[in-house]
Amino acid sequence: LPETRTDAAMSELVPEPRPKPAVPMKPVSINSNLLGYIGIDTIIEQMRKKTMKTGFDFNIMVVGQSGLGKSTLVNTLFKSQVSRKASSWNREEKIPKTVEIKAIGHVIEEGGVKMKLTVIDTPGFGDQINNENCWEPIEKYINEQYEKFLKEEVNIARKKRIPDTRVHCCLYFISPTGHSLRPLDLEFMKHLSKVVNIIPVIAKADTMTLEEKSEFKQRVRKELEVNGIEFYPQKEFDEDLEDKTENDKIRQESMPFAVVGSDKEYQVNGKRVLGRKTPWGIIEVENLNHCEFALLRDFVIRTHLQDLKEVTHNIHYETYRAKRLNDNGGLPPGEGLLGTVLPPVPATPCPTAE
Amino acid sequence: RSFTMLARMGEGCRTVPLAGHVGFDSLPDQLVNKSVSQGFCFNILCVGETGLGKSTLMDTLFNTKFEGEPATHTQPGVQLQSNTYDLQESNVRLKLTIVSTVGFGDQINKEDSYKPIVEFIDAQFEAYLQEELKIRRVLHTYHDSRIHVCLYFIAPTGHSLKSLDLVTMKKLDSKVNIIPIIAKADAISKSELTKFKIKITSELVSNGVQIYQFPTDDESVAEINGTMNAHLPFAVIGSTEELKIGNKMMRARQYPWGTVQVENEAHCDFVKLREMLIRVNMEDLREQTHTRHYELYRRCKLEEMGFKDTDPDSKPFSLQETYEAKRNEFLGELQKKEEEMRQMFVQRVKEKEAELKEAEKELHEKFDRLKKLHQDEKKKLEDKKKSLDDEVNAFKQRKTAAELLQSQGSQAGGSQTLKRDKEKKK
Repeated sequence: LPETRTDAAMSELVPEPRPKPAVPMKPVSINSNLLGYIGIDTIIEQMRKKTMKTGFDFNIMVVGQSGLGKSTLVNTLFKSQVSRKASSWNREEKIPKTVEIKAIGHVIEEGGVKMKLTVIDTPGFGDQINNENCWEPIEKYINEQYEKFLKEEVNIARKKRIPDTRVHCCLYFISPTGHSLRPLDLEFMKHLSKVVNIIPVIAKADTMTLEEKSEFKQRVRKELEVNGIEFYPQKEFDEDLEDKTENDKIRQESMPFAVVGSDKEYQVNGKRVLGRKTPWGIIEVENLNHCEFALLRDFVIRTHLQDLKEVTHNIHYETYRAKRLNDNGGLPPGEGLLGTVLPPVPATPCPTAE
Repeated sequence: RSFTMLARMGEGCRTVPLAGHVGFDSLPDQLVNKSVSQGFCFNILCVGETGLGKSTLMDTLFNTKFEGEPATHTQPGVQLQSNTYDLQESNVRLKLTIVSTVGFGDQINKEDSYKPIVEFIDAQFEAYLQEELKIRRVLHTYHDSRIHVCLYFIAPTGHSLKSLDLVTMKKLDSKVNIIPIIAKADAISKSELTKFKIKITSELVSNGVQIYQFPTDDESVAEINGTMNAHLPFAVIGSTEELKIGNKMMRARQYPWGTVQVENEAHCDFVKLREMLIRVNMEDLREQTHTRHYELYRRCKLEEMGFKDTDPDSKPFSLQETYEAKRNEFLGELQKKEEEMRQMFVQRVKEKEAELKEAEKELHEKFDRLKKLHQDEKKKLEDKKKSLDDEVNAFKQRKTAAELLQSQGSQAGGSQTLKRDKEKKK
C-alpha cells in the first residue's frame, strides 16, 4: 500500500462496510458541582444489601502430593470440616491410579453473608512413579468448568444467575525440602498459571527454621521468575498504582506463604489457640512469628477473595471463551462447537488477554 | 426464609458451622469497593411534551444546573437529546446520563411519535448485545448506556391520560422501567389531584400498561416501597430558584397567593420521587434493566435472527453460527476492504499515468510549437538577411557603377569642372 496517503484520505475513499448501529449517545462528560446532598452515595448500601441477599460462590482447588496437609490447611482456613482428610479414608482405599478430581460443596455463613464454598481436591497428583502429564486431568477439569459457564451464557433463555463452578483459586503445595522446586512443581505451574489463579504455598513449614524458610522462599521466587511462571496476583492485572504497590509487596516479600495447618486447639498463655503440639513446643498456627498462615488467610479471604473471582471471570474465562469461539475448538465447521463431547483441551497455553 | 435461601444456594450441600471467625463477611465490602473504584452508571430517560419541566426537574433532583437551552414547539419530529455528567458524592462517582425527548407531542400527526423513543432504547440494548457477542470483549469496563428508568411526564390536565400517553407507555413498558409522574403539579388542587391519580392508575391498569413497581421482597425496604407504590403517579414540581422561607433557603415557586415549596411533602411528591428513584431503588432499577428488559430484548433479537436453544441431547444450538457468521463477516470485510484498496490503488495509478501522459503530450506540443516558432524566426531572419544582402549587393553595384562613371566623367569633364570653377572665380 502506498504510504503517501493519509488515513483521512483513505477513509474517504473506502466506504463503510456496514452501517453502524444507531447509538446517538456520546459519553461526553460534564463535571457538575453538587449543591446539597442528593443521596447518590446510598447506592453502596443498596448494592451491599443485594449481594448479601444473593450470596456468594467460591471454588478453591488444592493441588499437591499426598501428605502435605492440604485438607488440614483448607479446614483451618475456613474453620470447619469442609475437606475430608485422606487419613480418614478407609484403609482399604489405595492411592488412586490417576489423578482424581473431587469437588465437595458446603454452605457457610458469617455475619449475614452466605457463601457456597466448594473445595476441589486432587488426590493422586504427583503420587505415581511416573507422573508425566498428571496435570492434564486438572487442566481438563478447569476448562470443563469454563465450558459449562460458556454454554449457559450463550443460551437464548438464560438463567438469572449462572451457577459458577469455575475454579477461582488454586493452592499449590510445595514440599518443604529446603532446596528448590521440583520439576513436577515447575511443570504444573507453568501449564496451569495460564488458565487459573495459582497461589503457591510452602506446606508443613514447621520443619524449617526462620533462616531456612527465608532462603527457600527467595529461591522459589527466583525459580518461578526464571521459568516465567506468573502466580496470583499477576503483575499484568494490577489495576492501578495502589494495587501495584500493595501487590508488589506481597509478590516480592510474602509469597509463597509458608504455612502450617491444624484443627486442634491448645491452651497457650491462657488462650485457646489452633496449634500443633510437639515435644519441643506448641506451634501456633495463627501466630505470625511461627508461620504465615494468618497472612495467607487474610490474603485469600479477607482482602482478595472478590478479586480472585473477578480475575477468573474477567480474564481467565474471557481468554478461554475467545479462544473457543475463534478456533471452534479444533472441530470442523458445521459440527456443533458446544457439543456434548468436549474436544481435546488445547495443549498449548492460551494467549493472555491484552 | 433463610432456610429456603440456603436450600436454593446449596442444592444438596450441607451447611457446616464455623468454629471461629473466618473473615469472609468482608466479602460485600470487597465487592462494593471494587464497584466504587470503577464508578457507577445511571441513565434516565425523560419522556414528555415540551414545556412540562423535564430539565427543571432534573436540575432539582440532582441539585445542580445542567446546561441546556429550552426547546421550541416547532420541531418537525421527535428527537432525543442526551447528555452525560460526572457527579461525585463522598467517594461515589456516578456517570449520569440524562436523555430527554425534544418535540414530543408537538406535531399535528403523532402516530409515529413513540418510534424514535423505542428505537433509542433498543439501540442501547443492541450496543450492549453487540459487545457481549464480541469474541474479544471488555464487558467489565463497558460504559453501560442502557436506560435504567423512564420518567414519563403527564400533563396536569386534571382529567385523564392523553391517548398519546397511553400509546407511548404501552410501547415502552416491556422495554424499560416506567415511573409515571404528574408534571407541574402546582396547577392542580389537592382534591383534583387525588381524583386525577385514581383516574390515571385505573386507565393504566385497564390498558394493561406495566409500570415499575418498587420491590417489596426485601424486608428492610418492603414497607416503604409498598407505601410508595400506592402514591404513584408522583405529583412533582421542580424549581431551580431558592427563596428564603422562615430562616432557611428553600427551593420554591412564588405566586401571589402563596409559595409552593418543592421539598414540602404536603405540597408535592418530589421528596418521594427522590427517595424512591435515588436513595432506595437505584440499584434495583439497574438490576431490573439488566436481568429483565435486556434479557427480553436479547432473547427476542436472537430468536428473530433464527436461533433456538435445543435440548442438550440433540444437536447443540446454533448460536455458534452467530460467531461463525461474525468471524466470516469480519474476514469478508477485511478481504473486501483489501480488494477495494487494491482497486483504488490501481485506479489511482491509471489516473496518474493518464495525467502524466497528458502532461507529456502537452510538453511535446509546446516543444513543437516553440520549434516552429524558432524556425519561423529563423526564416524571417534569413529572409531579412537575404534582402539585406541583396541591398548590399545592389548598393555595391551602384557604387561600382557610380565610381566607373565618376572616373570616366572626371577624365572628360574634369577640365570643364575646372573651367567652371575658374569662371566662378572670375
